[in-house]
Amino acid sequence: MRRPQKRSRADGTRIVGAGVLLALAGAGAWALANARQGRRVFKRRPDMPALAGGQGSHVERTVTILRSPTELYAEWRDLERLPELMPHLDSVTVLGGTRSLWVVRGPAGTRPTWEAEIVGDEPGRLIAWRSVGDGDVENAGSVRFTPAAGDRGTEVKVILTYAPRAGRLGVGLATLFGASADQEVREDLRRFKQRMEANEVAASAAPRGASEAREMARSG
Amino acid sequence: MRAACWLGPRDVRVRDVPDPEILNARDAIVKVTATAICGSDLHLYNGVIPTMRSGDVLGHEFMGEVVEVGAGNSALKPGDRVVVPFAIACGACWYCREGLTSLCDNSNPNARLAEALYGFSGSGLFGYSHLYGGYPGGQAEYVRVPFADTGALPVPPTLSDEQVLFLTDILPTGYMAAENCRIRPGDTVAVWGSGPVGLLAMKSAYLLGADRVIAIDRWPARLRLAESGAKAETLHYEEIDDVVEELKQRTGGRGPDACIDAAGMEAHGTTLDALYDRAKQAVRLATDRSHAVRQAIQACRKGGTVSIPGVYGGFLDKFPLGAAFAKGLTLQMGQTHVHRYLRPLLQHIESGRLDATFIVSHRWPLSRASEAYRMFNDKTDDCTKIVLDPTR
Repeated sequence: MRRPQKRSRADGTRIVGAGVLLALAGAGAWALANARQGRRVFKRRPDMPALAGGQGSHVERTVTILRSPTELYAEWRDLERLPELMPHLDSVTVLGGTRSLWVVRGPAGTRPTWEAEIVGDEPGRLIAWRSVGDGDVENAGSVRFTPAAGDRGTEVKVILTYAPRAGRLGVGLATLFGASADQEVREDLRRFKQRMEANEVAASAAPRGASEAREMARSG
Repeated sequence: MRAACWLGPRDVRVRDVPDPEILNARDAIVKVTATAICGSDLHLYNGVIPTMRSGDVLGHEFMGEVVEVGAGNSALKPGDRVVVPFAIACGACWYCREGLTSLCDNSNPNARLAEALYGFSGSGLFGYSHLYGGYPGGQAEYVRVPFADTGALPVPPTLSDEQVLFLTDILPTGYMAAENCRIRPGDTVAVWGSGPVGLLAMKSAYLLGADRVIAIDRWPARLRLAESGAKAETLHYEEIDDVVEELKQRTGGRGPDACIDAAGMEAHGTTLDALYDRAKQAVRLATDRSHAVRQAIQACRKGGTVSIPGVYGGFLDKFPLGAAFAKGLTLQMGQTHVHRYLRPLLQHIESGRLDATFIVSHRWPLSRASEAYRMFNDKTDDCTKIVLDPTR
């Protein structure tokens, strides 16, 4: 049987601290934000990539996949194949070295484009990137692979910060990424998990069903 | 091809729809030789399961002959005669590896919808709304079976379609319901609902060592079947004042050791709470009617188990959690992990220990599906189980 442990002084302080922060954030706003389907509010943390001027929206999603960190890293690191799993990507072209060119399927047939640079690459552990130069969408992110406890596979965590270049697209990035970038990342991770575990992405109908499912996911 | 399509509440018709195609490498296409209407199909029929769309092909109990396999499916070949679990499972995720195939992480393309409703998504299901993946069902001439290399099980030619068809759902569902009761010698098991799942739970309860089984229903034909086919004692709940008291008296004042709710979210009843449920469900104030499970919780002995194979979809009103807590009950529930029961139950069938064919009351061609749904829903003509033949 587990004994109740005395809470250390340090822990107590941290909890009080968090409570104060929460109260400052405004309990009402917190509840409202959380009530919105699948949206989450993040406090800025050191591991969240920052854009110039500290602007941008954040997405953070984690999924556990029953494969090793090494296998998952290798699949993700093969950047040019990512559009197979992420239908909102039109193409990724490796330009050589750590540079790559990203083209997204934007609204009304637009193809927002940016160049990215890998800024962190630790085989079996981490890939981090950021946009460089004058692309349509400024963004920075990382994917981290951490072994899960007790043979449960690997926890894959994506953190993304993004901001459209002012006036460049004429539409909000929410439209660019569908109803929400958060949802898009969640679906990307779901497909990645299906590919890695089941060897294929589940589909109930094609091609109508696939687009419908996405439509439902967006409107749901 | 011809298929039984859901067009709206209480409107099922056989229509021409496009033939299914291989979409993924692990798929197979099965030519259906026998398919049944499930009690849970009636929840769709009555429109109480959300996210159905006009034209959806129904059916999750089906078997037949493999006519085509995907490039990555080396487990099957054309000509194989197979039964197909109603829950679609990848066989590779943590849940599948644990034998919890109806909780598969990877088989519901619309997982997002289920996550919004339930926190997490279970597996995809054949012919059971878009919430569960929007997969076309098997009340059709042909059906696409995803992950067929782990799902579809070849069956021996010595057994007839009817002997193995119920492996796809109701036999493992009844069996798992009984297994969840953790039956010990001397146990009495009470079963609400003498439909196919209830009847097969009764047979399974005896197989797993129960001393007595009591069947609770209001349809005389079904109670007769419980008596003759499953050797159960019967309790006609409209003929007695108080089911809970009656069960207590029949069990030496102790109450049944385990109670099985094989009725689910559209349970009928004659007491005040049942009428209240009906009214609320009718005006959409509540999604599920829970009379049977309430009574099961009330009747169960202290420390006993309430096992729930009956389907629930949403929110229950007046759920007696206090009674369950006060008596230290164990509640067991969920969709059946069909895959893990296929082989053991096939052995029981081959050895003659389990025979589910006694539940079949009607054998009709698929073309009469519309009429069949109406009859099954209204329980006319002593209907307990309808097997449809798409080849006739």
